[in-house]
Amino acid sequence: MILDGKSPSGPLAEKWDRRRQELKLVNPANKRRYKILVVGTGLAGASAAATLGELGYTVEAFCFQDSPRRGHSIAAQGGINAAKNYPNDGDSIYRLFYDTVKGGDFRAREANVYRLAMLSNNIIDQCVAQGVPFARDYAGYLDNRSFGGAQVSRTFYARGQTGQQLLLGAYGALSRQIHAGTVRLYPRTEMLDLVVINGHAKGITIRDLTTGAIRSHTGDAVCLCTGGYGNVFYLSTNAMGSNVTATYRAYKKGAFFANPCFTQIHPTCIPVTGDHQSKLTLMSESLRNDGRVWVPKKKADERKPHEISEDERDYFLERKYPSFGNLAPRDIASRAAKEVCDEGRGVGPGGRGVYLDFADAIQRLGKDKISERYGNLFEMYEKITAENAYDRPMRIYPAPHYTMGGLWVDYNLQSNIPGLYVLGEANFSDHGANRLGASALMQGLADGYFIISYTIADYLARTGPGSASADHAEFLRSIGEVDAASKKLLSINGRRTVNDFHRELGRIMWEHVGMARRRESLELALKRIPELRAEFWSNVRVPGSGADLNQELEKAGRVADFLEFGELMALDALLREESCGGHFRVEHQMPDGEAKRDDDNFCYVAAWEFRGVGKKPELHKEPLTFEHIPLATRSYK
Amino acid sequence: MDLTLFVWRQRGQLDKGRLEQYAARNISPDMSFLEMLDTVNEGLIAEGREAIAFDHDCREGICGMCSQVINGIPHGPQEKTTVCQLHMRHFKDGDTIYIEPWRAKAFPVIRDLIVDRSSLDRIIQSGGYASVHTGGVPDANAVLVPKQDVDIAMDAAECIGCGACVAACPNGAAMLFTAAKVTHLAMLPQGRVEAARRVCVMTETMLREGFGSCSNHYECQAVCPKGIKVSFIAKLNREYLKSFMGNPGCSTGE
Repeated sequence: MILDGKSPSGPLAEKWDRRRQELKLVNPANKRRYKILVVGTGLAGASAAATLGELGYTVEAFCFQDSPRRGHSIAAQGGINAAKNYPNDGDSIYRLFYDTVKGGDFRAREANVYRLAMLSNNIIDQCVAQGVPFARDYAGYLDNRSFGGAQVSRTFYARGQTGQQLLLGAYGALSRQIHAGTVRLYPRTEMLDLVVINGHAKGITIRDLTTGAIRSHTGDAVCLCTGGYGNVFYLSTNAMGSNVTATYRAYKKGAFFANPCFTQIHPTCIPVTGDHQSKLTLMSESLRNDGRVWVPKKKADERKPHEISEDERDYFLERKYPSFGNLAPRDIASRAAKEVCDEGRGVGPGGRGVYLDFADAIQRLGKDKISERYGNLFEMYEKITAENAYDRPMRIYPAPHYTMGGLWVDYNLQSNIPGLYVLGEANFSDHGANRLGASALMQGLADGYFIISYTIADYLARTGPGSASADHAEFLRSIGEVDAASKKLLSINGRRTVNDFHRELGRIMWEHVGMARRRESLELALKRIPELRAEFWSNVRVPGSGADLNQELEKAGRVADFLEFGELMALDALLREESCGGHFRVEHQMPDGEAKRDDDNFCYVAAWEFRGVGKKPELHKEPLTFEHIPLATRSYK
Repeated sequence: MDLTLFVWRQRGQLDKGRLEQYAARNISPDMSFLEMLDTVNEGLIAEGREAIAFDHDCREGICGMCSQVINGIPHGPQEKTTVCQLHMRHFKDGDTIYIEPWRAKAFPVIRDLIVDRSSLDRIIQSGGYASVHTGGVPDANAVLVPKQDVDIAMDAAECIGCGACVAACPNGAAMLFTAAKVTHLAMLPQGRVEAARRVCVMTETMLREGFGSCSNHYECQAVCPKGIKVSFIAKLNREYLKSFMGNPGCSTGE
């Protein structure tokens, strides 16, 4: 099937206006009669639930954490982009749009990206009005910094905790609606199924993580704001609870999963120390504004960094990409780091690390300035590594961080299932094959504050409120299935723990579907993942009962989904016979090792339709057309 | 290294709960405290026993989910460090470690080391925000804010809502938590408008939720992983008094 992204026609700058004019409205007096289920309370979910509640809809919001303030958006460090052009350095909405399409290696939908760039300015206004304490200069104006992949200063930030402050702003707005009674909150609640009736999303089935109760919630529409699937790699910068379950189970109910192979490996994370490692910690990319990345020129150089003289160092990003230098986009910086380590020039235990050195910046700006900019990051680094980065360079290595792929949505953020909307990282639409720094926060909030309220109204106005009944056979069937899956997991009583399976899956994914993918490695992954999945279902051990708080059972359900999803990811990577953005196929590279895109054959969104576990999913394509930015080879040299 | 753990196990609110002894073997100094517990749990599961339940999520010190009292100190011995960021290199081979949940009237135990902190959410829900609608706001640079004010606001806004301040307080007070939000918003023109009402409703909610009052022990500041200062409590008190000026005062009955 050829999918239609439903981008509005007309000039780029007028598309969103035009669409808003076309969309139907819901009468204010009728809004409370519509119930919207919002799953996830990170930036996208909290902003959507707050905005929809404020408009008068009846909203139910769900999160698996104990409080909506803990969505993993909170961990975003560096900042949020906006085309305000406050520094007068040549920025514009068009330039932000251009940078994002190019940064995404021409695999995003133009109309979406332009809207995102337009709304970026409203987001900053909104957040400031909420009391988000963005950094300011001594005259009281907002401060900006530059960020990976951009040559203008368009990033707004709140120390190294921008995501936290934006999320607390959205959480405040959500809390206000909870107090007002428009939003009902269900914390410690996990969505385990989507309920589809006559082709429309009409509810979800959840498990109350405290009592173990499984029940359904009916709604007139469902918004999934459940983040990305980076934990398919086991080790990632995601929170321990971040998972693919909500989107994957929607996929199993018919929603298309788009571009699952587009994953982002972030260049600046703290290297792995051992098998006990449960997660990887990101060091904000903003550090690359002042830190210089290097490795020794000599292989297996065991000397301490300060013993290696300037001419014995290879500042490889500055050397290879002179115009962007240390600010080269994430996919490029990550692969460059992997390359020098593969050559045997990596530093630290295991040789899987490169230096990020602040000595020059400290000399130029003073330690106080560096501390003001990155103090909390240096502290965090010291806590984890017991090394002081003011005195010696940090060691960093790439780690899975963000997933550009997600459920397929049209321009209105609606999936192919009417009534199912997908927001933030959970959808696929705006970042193409690679996301630029400080764009994730922007997208989550644009979707939640400024897009969904318009587009969901159009659907609701066409359907009429309260159409689903909890007694419907589909709800009863869904509860039955969820309950049976949970009982099955508890009854296997095998010999391996859930973590053990997850760790092994992560190793397969990292080695064979990671930073550099080749046909043989992907085929191997496609063979090994089903084997591991089969073993999981016969040999996993999940102690305890389902009628109770049971964290092992929660994990087991998530890992079971990753064990299916990993296969989808590998398949998508295998069929995409090109390199673009975060997806690098070894077979498809330029003579100088840069990614070689194939626009003639792969300028499309790959949207997969579930056909059964272990069965090959069906591929649907949404062709991508670039009317405004001509397809060009990305160069950061 | 090898350690002896005494961990609080409690099935639910009705269960009395008790400390149980476990051995943690072959612990690497590079492990985080939670990775040490992961290792212990893997062993328990292998023996067919139930894992120790504990809250955790981001494991990078920002989500505020992790919450354990380690050897009597919320978040353990390392200053300005959440449990997830505490590393085993701060312990010695052969150490005995006591691990308990947050203990406070307003935080009922759900299971083992997990407590219900929704009372903190309800304090925020009562007024811990600027009441702004989506859209219809001025340009972000239309209202200037002195840098020093934003810096103080940010110092306060860094609170991660973990509740260690409550767990450390002999009175089980949530004054530091509440004061941080009151200060954050009161320092900014955007939040100033509602400052008087906010301090009233948040303080009243705090008391209604079963939190105690502040009697200046400063234990909260000592354990706060984000270094939130007790001077914000003084700020809350000033804001509270100020709210009486030209107002009927704080007994709003809300």
